[in-house]
Parts: sequence; structure tokens; C-alpha cells
Amino acid sequence: MNVATAPDGVGISRRVLTGWGRTAPSACDVATVRSAEEIDQVLADAAEAGRSVVARGLARSYGDAAQCAGGIVVDTTAFDTVLEADLGTGLVRVGAGTSLDALMRAFVPRGWFVPVSPGTRYVTVGGAIASDIHGKNHHRDGSFCSHVTRLSLATPSGRVEVSPDDDADLFWATAGGMGLTGIVVDATLQMIPVQTASLRVDTERATNLDDCIARMTARDAEYRYSVAWIDCLARGSKMGRAVLTRGDHAGLEDVAPAGSEEALRFNPVVRAQVPVTPPSGLLNSVTVAAFNELWFRKAPWLRTGELQSIATFFHPLDGVGAWNRLYGPRGFVQYQFVVPFGAEDTLRDVVTQLSDRRMASFVTVLKRFGPGNPGPLSFPVEGWTLAFDLPVGPAALGPLLDRLDETVAGAGGRVYLAKDARLRPELLAAMYPRLPEWRATRNRVDPAGVFVSDLSRRLGFVSSPAPRLAPRRTRARAKTARAATQMNGSG
Amino acid sequence: MNDAMGMPQTAVVVGGTSDIARAVLRALVARRLRRIVLVGRDEIGLATAVKELQAVGALEVETMTLDVTDVSRVGVVARDAATRLGQVDLVLVAAGVLGDQGSDEDDPEAVARVLTTNTTGPAAVMTAFATLLKNQGYGRIVVLSSVAGMRVRRSNYVYGASKAGLDGFAQGMAEALRGTGASLMIVRPGWVATRMTTGRDPAPFATTPDAVAADVVAGIERSAAVVFSPAPLRLVFGVLRLLPAVLWRRVPG
Repeated sequence: MNVATAPDGVGISRRVLTGWGRTAPSACDVATVRSAEEIDQVLADAAEAGRSVVARGLARSYGDAAQCAGGIVVDTTAFDTVLEADLGTGLVRVGAGTSLDALMRAFVPRGWFVPVSPGTRYVTVGGAIASDIHGKNHHRDGSFCSHVTRLSLATPSGRVEVSPDDDADLFWATAGGMGLTGIVVDATLQMIPVQTASLRVDTERATNLDDCIARMTARDAEYRYSVAWIDCLARGSKMGRAVLTRGDHAGLEDVAPAGSEEALRFNPVVRAQVPVTPPSGLLNSVTVAAFNELWFRKAPWLRTGELQSIATFFHPLDGVGAWNRLYGPRGFVQYQFVVPFGAEDTLRDVVTQLSDRRMASFVTVLKRFGPGNPGPLSFPVEGWTLAFDLPVGPAALGPLLDRLDETVAGAGGRVYLAKDARLRPELLAAMYPRLPEWRATRNRVDPAGVFVSDLSRRLGFVSSPAPRLAPRRTRARAKTARAATQMNGSG
Repeated sequence: MNDAMGMPQTAVVVGGTSDIARAVLRALVARRLRRIVLVGRDEIGLATAVKELQAVGALEVETMTLDVTDVSRVGVVARDAATRLGQVDLVLVAAGVLGDQGSDEDDPEAVARVLTTNTTGPAAVMTAFATLLKNQGYGRIVVLSSVAGMRVRRSNYVYGASKAGLDGFAQGMAEALRGTGASLMIVRPGWVATRMTTGRDPAPFATTPDAVAADVVAGIERSAAVVFSPAPLRLVFGVLRLLPAVLWRRVPG
């Protein structure tokens, strides 16, 4: 396979890539771009050379969404420019490689916060759009793309500007489209105003999953942000015991006597780094059960109005660099699904299976989603979403997750493609029934199928997975039949 | 593509009629494997394997004939198989013969045949596919070696030496594939009850093709470099390799 001629100034190097889960590595030709023009140029050259392309940001998707074995991966992280910012309205236009961390550092001190923050600040705006990420405020504010007013998309036929009003089909196909409709070049976001860099947080314990479900159902609406940490190893009457943390941005009066400037100070640091990859098995049912016990007991039964920093409330794991190494050299999978309200039995079923099988998830998180947006592949739909991490290696893991897929699909739910690294491909269409609609839009802008990722190949979701083999098989069979005849004749 | 557990969706099998290979394929079809190219020299055996794999859920199974000792055809067949599949997730190298030690050891041609079938041919096959997988940027080669190659013994030194050669070649290739996205796993079964061993006395730690297949799948899931089947043979042969020759000669099996 030939490496595409590098456009002037754009370095291309072969690198073995994985997602955050560190599974399923593949070698890709990584092109590092620093501007919109370089993105256009790399894409044009790749398309001409007949190479497959996918964009990659900070590689926080857990599976194989941002890699393309043998193809070109456009690393956008060097294109992190703030192109326009209106501090009066909170509208900002930034390069696709801009991280939410950079956005917060630049705009929190000026009184603007990102409209949606996931569990890490280290995602790019391009990636946030491609995965249509959500945070703890989905029940209130929806997902990331609901706050994107406009984006510029590089496609094989050139650059297009799209918005919910201007080629809405392409805009929404890009929202959660896993980077397969084009490369997001820049995007305009509506930030939200904040008076401080702190949150006013209420923490409470729930004695089991049913208690947790009841508490969230009753009072989530009172909070902008809500999340429950679940002890997936607790058994019996404690099964699914949880710690709920809910809150909203603190007002100036909450942090008095701090002045406005001090109240908006935002400078989180990485406190520790996982220096090496420890052996597999460090996070097992014993160590995780011990951690869970501690974590649960450390939480108060009820505490209201505690002030927490943005980093503590939203991004606790960002304080530990490369925490994904903790799962050992084989990596881990994060399984996240959503089932509609009313399917609480499915939720109980899943938590019971994890508990019964002693599947030790280090981080298990339950949230409530509000209504979804128009994106045909956008993950969030109204209901319960549960996410958990499990290390790869144990033979029981694959079959367990396969069974969970069936359960989730049967309840009208779906798994999150940005987390996926192992879904049974046959279930994709059942989980994302609007896939044909999405494909139609994608084929309009990328008829030659330039945008390909390992995820799209694995799940076969951009086109038919492979050329038909039937004619050849017939030929092989005919030959075999002939051979059999000869054999019989000679026998 | 391989998933997070290394489970393939497509596979090429060289030595497609091997009992162990077919058991491995059945186990993989139960997971993610859907499209297969079976390569072998016995067309009738291949046709039987096709039916068997389709019965357990393989969507498309094709066959190609190749005698691995015909090394001049190996490259073409590998490229053709890869073209048919589009992406090659897994290559299972299972071609091999046991030979007949008693008569082979005085027959230069027979010795050459066993070594060509078990070592030279598979090494050529692995080379052809390694190049393909490196370009592709991912994919796993699984090589059926044998504990018989761990320390070659009097009673089956022709076969043992052929597997020792193959195993050594595979170890080197596994190192060479590091950093390419592709990988290689060596499988060292003990005595397996197959057509190959029919009529011979089982050695200690005898196993079955399905048990070997389960070990292979588990090995892929934990990204193992070497899989012993059954697993205790790792320890057993670790010790046996170090035995003084005087004692080694007395070891049964």
C-alpha cells in the first residue's frame, strides 16, 4: 500500500493507534494538520489516491471510531484556534481540534462555560460533535450538538457550511455521525453564562438501585446536573446502592466574599500520572469491591450546598493522567447503553448480572436522558443510561456483553457508538433504526466512501461489508463436485 | 475487523480440513466470524468443512486449493484470498502432517516431505500473509505449532523437528510484527485426538480439538503470544526442556 504524498508542510507518519480503551490496535498513516486549509488539502489528496480517511482528536472515544487501519487518520488537535468569540452573547467559533479543556481555560474566567461537559475535558470540539456527546445535564440541556449553531465540514466534494437551518440533514447526520460524513473543520458553539467556577452540589446515598431510581425520578428536574455512581458489586438488598451527586453552577452569592475575578478562576492540574502499564488484573472484584465500599461510606447520607470545583464535579478522573493504563496491557471496554423510561427492569437485570458475575467495574454511572435531538445516529434518547468499564481478558466478558446487547435491544435501547468496541454488527440496525436515513445523507456527500473507520468497517455501517462472494463459491463447489465424481469413479 | 476481544469477522485458514482448525473456526463463528476462506489440498475435505461451518452460522465460506509445498503458488493464493475477503482479520496456519517416524527416518524424500509440509510451506504462507497484514495495518496470524517442537525427542524427531523449525520461525516473526498493528500467536497443543493421531496411543495430557479451540479463543481474548493446550503443558515442558538427556529418554509419551 502506498503512502499518500504528503502535502507541503503536512507530516504523515505511520502509527499504531487505539482508542481510550487500548484495545484493537491498528496502524494508520497519521496526518497532523494545523489549519482548515491543511485539512482540505490532506482530504483532497487522500480522496484522489483512493485512500480511506477518518479524523481523530484527543482519542477519548473508547473503541475504534478514530482509527482507520491502513488508511489516513487526520489528527486535528493542532488546529485548536479560537477563530471568533463574542463575549457578550457567548457565541464562539473554534477549530475542530480545540479541546473543551482549552475552551474552559479561555472562557470560564470570562464567565462562559461549555454547554455540555462529559466526564473528561480532554475531548475536542470535532470529536464532541462526531459523538454528539452528553453530560450530566442531558435531562435539562440535551447533547452537545444541540448547542452547535453552525459547523464547517470538509467533504470529498469540498467544504460545506451546515447548521440546523442550512442543510439540516447533513448537520444532523454529522451530529453523532462518528466522523463518517466529513471532517469537522470548525464549529460555532453557544456557551452558557456562569458567575463562578464552582458548583453547588447536593450529595446523597441511595441504599439500592430502586431507591436510586426513585430519588432520581423524583428530583432530577430540580437540578441542572445529575449523576449517580453505582456500586455494581453490592449484593442482595444493597444491589445497585448508589451515591447521587446533583448540582448547578454556583452564583456569586454562594462563594461570597470572593470577588468575581477570583470566583471565576479556573486552573485545574493533573495531580498524578499513571507512569507505566501495570499487569492485568490489578482492578479485580476484590480491589474494586474494596474501593466501592470506601467510596460509598465516604459519601454522606445527605449533604447539601457543598461547593465543588468544575474539575472535581465534572472531571474527577482527569486528575489522574493516563488512568486508562490501570486496566493493564489488554485494555478495557466501556459499555454504555440507554433504555427508555419504563424499562427499569432491564436496568435492574443488567446491574444484577454484573453483580452476580462479580464483574468489577471501576466506574459505573447512571444518568437520566431527556428527549433526543434530530440526529439519526445521535445516541441519547429519553430514558436511563448506564455506563461501566470492564477489563478485557476474562473469557466470560464477550458472551456476557453479547447477552446484554440482546437485552438492551429487546427493551428498545441502544449502545453508545463512541464507547463501542465489540457490538455484534447484526444488532446495529435494530439499535439505530434510522440508519438507512443517515446512510442516504452520507452517500450524498461521500458517494465514493472516502470516510471509513475501523468502527464503520467492524459494524458494516457505511456500506455493504464486502463484495459478494457467491459466484466464486459456486465455482469452488462445482470443482469440488467434479473431484468427488472422479473419486467415486476411481473408487 | 477484530473487536476489543480480538474476535475476528473474517478468516483465512491454510490447512482448512484440519480437525483443530475446524474446531477453532466453529468456536469463532459462535462469536463474530462470518466470512471464511478455507485453503487446503483436499477438495472433498474442504467441501465438508464448508457445510459444517455454514451449519453453525458462517455466512460465506469459500474454498481455494493449495498444496503448501508448492511454495511458488503461496503468494498468489494469499493475495487472492485477501481480495475475496476485503479485510483479513485472522490467518490460521494449520497445514501439517504427522508422517510416520518409523519408516520416514530412513527415507530422505519422506523426511523432506514432512519438513516441507510442516515448516517450509507454512513459513512461506506466514510470510505472504504477514506482508498483507502489515500493509493492512492490523490482523492476527495464529500458527498451530506443537509441544513436540519444544524439545525434539527420539520417538518423533522428524515431526518434532518440523514443528521446532516452524515454532522458531513464528517466534521471530511475532517480534518482527511488533509495532505494525499485526500480531502473531503461537499455539502449542499436546497430543490431540484427531484424524492425524487416529490409531496411536494417547500421550499424557491428551486433549480434543474443541478443547484446543477453546484455549485458542481464550488466548486471543487475552492477547497471548503463546498458548499451550492444555495449559499445564506450559509448566510440564518448561521442566522437561531442562531435564538431563539421561532422564529425558525415560519420559513416557
